[in-house]
Amino acid sequence: MIEFQLDTASGVATYLQLVQQVHQALQLGILEPGDQLPTAQQVVAKLAINPNTVLKAYRDLEREGLARPRPGQGTFIVGTLARSDRAAQERFLALMTAWLREARAAGLGPDDIEAIYRTAVRNSFAEGVA
Amino acid sequence: MTAVIETNGLGKRYGRKWALHDCTLTIPEGKVVGLVGPNGAGKTTLLHLAVGLLAPTSGSITVLGGRPDDSSAQLARVGFVAQDTPTYAGLSVAKHLRMGAYLNASWDSELANSRIDQLSLDPRQKAGSLSGGQRAQLALTLAIAKRPEILLLDEPVAGLDPLARREFLQNLMEDVAVHGVSVVLSSHLIVDLERVCDHLVVLFGSQVQLSGEVSALLSSHYRLSGPRREPSTMPSNQEIIEESHTDRQSTFLVRTDDAILDPAWTVKPVTLDDLVLAYMSQARGPGHLQRPALGVVS
Amino acid sequence: MIRFAWLQFRTQAALAAGVLAIVAVVLAATGPNLVHIYDTTVASCAAQHDCSTAATAFTDTDGPLQVFLGALVLLVPLLIGMFWGAPLVSREFETGTFRLSWTQGITRARWLAVKFGLGALVSMAAVGLLSLMVTWWSSQLDKVSADQFNPLGFGVRDIVPIGYAAFALVLGVTAGLVLRRMLPAMLTALAGFIAVREIVTLWARPYLFAPMHKSLPIIAASPLSFDQTPTGITVSESARGVGLPNAWVYSVKIVDNGGHPPTTTFLNRACPQGNYGPLNSRDCTARLAARFHQLVTYQPSSRYWPMQWYELAVFLGAAVLLVAFSFWRIRRPLS
Repeated sequence: MIEFQLDTASGVATYLQLVQQVHQALQLGILEPGDQLPTAQQVVAKLAINPNTVLKAYRDLEREGLARPRPGQGTFIVGTLARSDRAAQERFLALMTAWLREARAAGLGPDDIEAIYRTAVRNSFAEGVA
Repeated sequence: MTAVIETNGLGKRYGRKWALHDCTLTIPEGKVVGLVGPNGAGKTTLLHLAVGLLAPTSGSITVLGGRPDDSSAQLARVGFVAQDTPTYAGLSVAKHLRMGAYLNASWDSELANSRIDQLSLDPRQKAGSLSGGQRAQLALTLAIAKRPEILLLDEPVAGLDPLARREFLQNLMEDVAVHGVSVVLSSHLIVDLERVCDHLVVLFGSQVQLSGEVSALLSSHYRLSGPRREPSTMPSNQEIIEESHTDRQSTFLVRTDDAILDPAWTVKPVTLDDLVLAYMSQARGPGHLQRPALGVVS
Repeated sequence: MIRFAWLQFRTQAALAAGVLAIVAVVLAATGPNLVHIYDTTVASCAAQHDCSTAATAFTDTDGPLQVFLGALVLLVPLLIGMFWGAPLVSREFETGTFRLSWTQGITRARWLAVKFGLGALVSMAAVGLLSLMVTWWSSQLDKVSADQFNPLGFGVRDIVPIGYAAFALVLGVTAGLVLRRMLPAMLTALAGFIAVREIVTLWARPYLFAPMHKSLPIIAASPLSFDQTPTGITVSESARGVGLPNAWVYSVKIVDNGGHPPTTTFLNRACPQGNYGPLNSRDCTARLAARFHQLVTYQPSSRYWPMQWYELAVFLGAAVLLVAFSFWRIRRPLS
């Protein structure tokens, strides 16, 4: 069974960290379809976090199609990370590499590029929030 | 959503001084609520009003839909652990559990005993010789085993060493996971509460300064730093909570529901700690008197 | 709550039971001896014409034990009030445990009711038993000394100590409830109990029943004493000189049929004084007896039990008032 960790200094929301750790475990083969995720009780008894956080993470995983709760039994892994993402990933990697080449040619350094990146990411995801 | 605690203009005065003033709050059920504020801000007063140890001077408070009255029905639904976790120094752990059974109609002795086992407490040890952390755990057991609908804890981890603090919170969260009880716990340190709270109430100067869901608070506040800029030139959809300036640079802590489009800003998220401090200093600062004292984020 | 209160109280109860047991053993050991001495000396003294010496000798038996027992019955109610009643509630305030006991599943009124109830019942039972044992042990001694209305003695016999115990306990608890600190509560219980006992003994007990009056002739054995004052001579008699055993004599006056005391002129003629009293006691007494008699104001010995019941009722009534006050007081939350 997976054992969750919490990094309080990372600035990443707790429930997101749990989701990311499940993703990583799936990629590394630590978790496979049919495996049971720890119950909220087990997670909070170790991490001392709010049980709602765990439930929120598990709901996100369910929305992604990776996990499903079985009433009276727990939450189980049902899917794998979509491999078809790989092609999309390669396409966007190429786009970004080209963009970076242009940005560097225009004289932007790594800090400028980082600032632009963060602004763009935040604004893009914030637009999705009401 | 039903509220477990609702206050309306609640106030408590001792002589000329208001320990709590004009407190209007709604605390939803099923949450772990952190009550934060410096010592003397009114946290203990609020909790004592909720549990019926004090009577309001003005306003009203309802807990689980009823007045915090001195009736055994109401008392049975509310679990309380006072500051410094009072226990009977001369009574053993086992006798404390017997007390719980005698005095509470809804006592779950299986739960109580399994918790004591789990905590490796010696039932025959007198409470006076327990460590601070063990006493806190005993007091929490007494409150949990009566199977209340809401737990009110007054600075339960203050004065505990980090390990005891962690164990206490682990136990508390486990009980929330299993029994779904609502929790209100107070502390003067936000770091104690960050891990466990999904709802935050900030008390400062005997008044409520901030009340809201933690995730909503964190996702709507940002720290902006960039070239020197006057506050009046900031966009209207950004509420300035805190600002500081040098001759060349300005830093703002803003609250906004919209995107921050200006590329001149370096934008950083705000920690809960900094957020609480900003609202507390806003309450104190003379230049911010026009600002509303209550910033409510639902 | 009763079981919990008992849980907290078990050690004190054991201590009290132990003390009672020890006292019982001591009394059982010395009691029969007292009876024996009484039977052999005082009961048969009339035949030997030495009753006063027999009586004095008898009342001196086990002197230190008598004093100890009297002090015990006198002090135990006070100790109950100070060391059990006063801390019962104030301790919970001082240690903060009231924040634990008032947030369990019982109301404050019930909590207080059990503390009062258990406390009062046990104190009354313990002191009642103690008083009963000591009264039984002292029965012959009391018969001989015939001083049942003695201000101190009245309060350490029969049933009044039960009232004292109940009152002391309730006073202690009430003081603890109001003052919320153990030491001030104990001191208040101490001062309050002593004050009330004194007031009742000095100013209530004499007036519970209207005293009776009796005329007795002056006899040769009447211990008259003569006082030379600036205005003349007066004659008086001590209350103890009147031959009314086991009665409470308030005063004895020497008066004539009209209620007037002897004038100085009369006394100068009838009882000329020397350096140490009348020159001729026999003649003086005879002359006085011809015209005057003793007017005794007293409570007869038959009033003893009514007065015991009355005083018990007074103290129980005071306890009830304090209990009612405490219940009113605990209804409102702190401040």
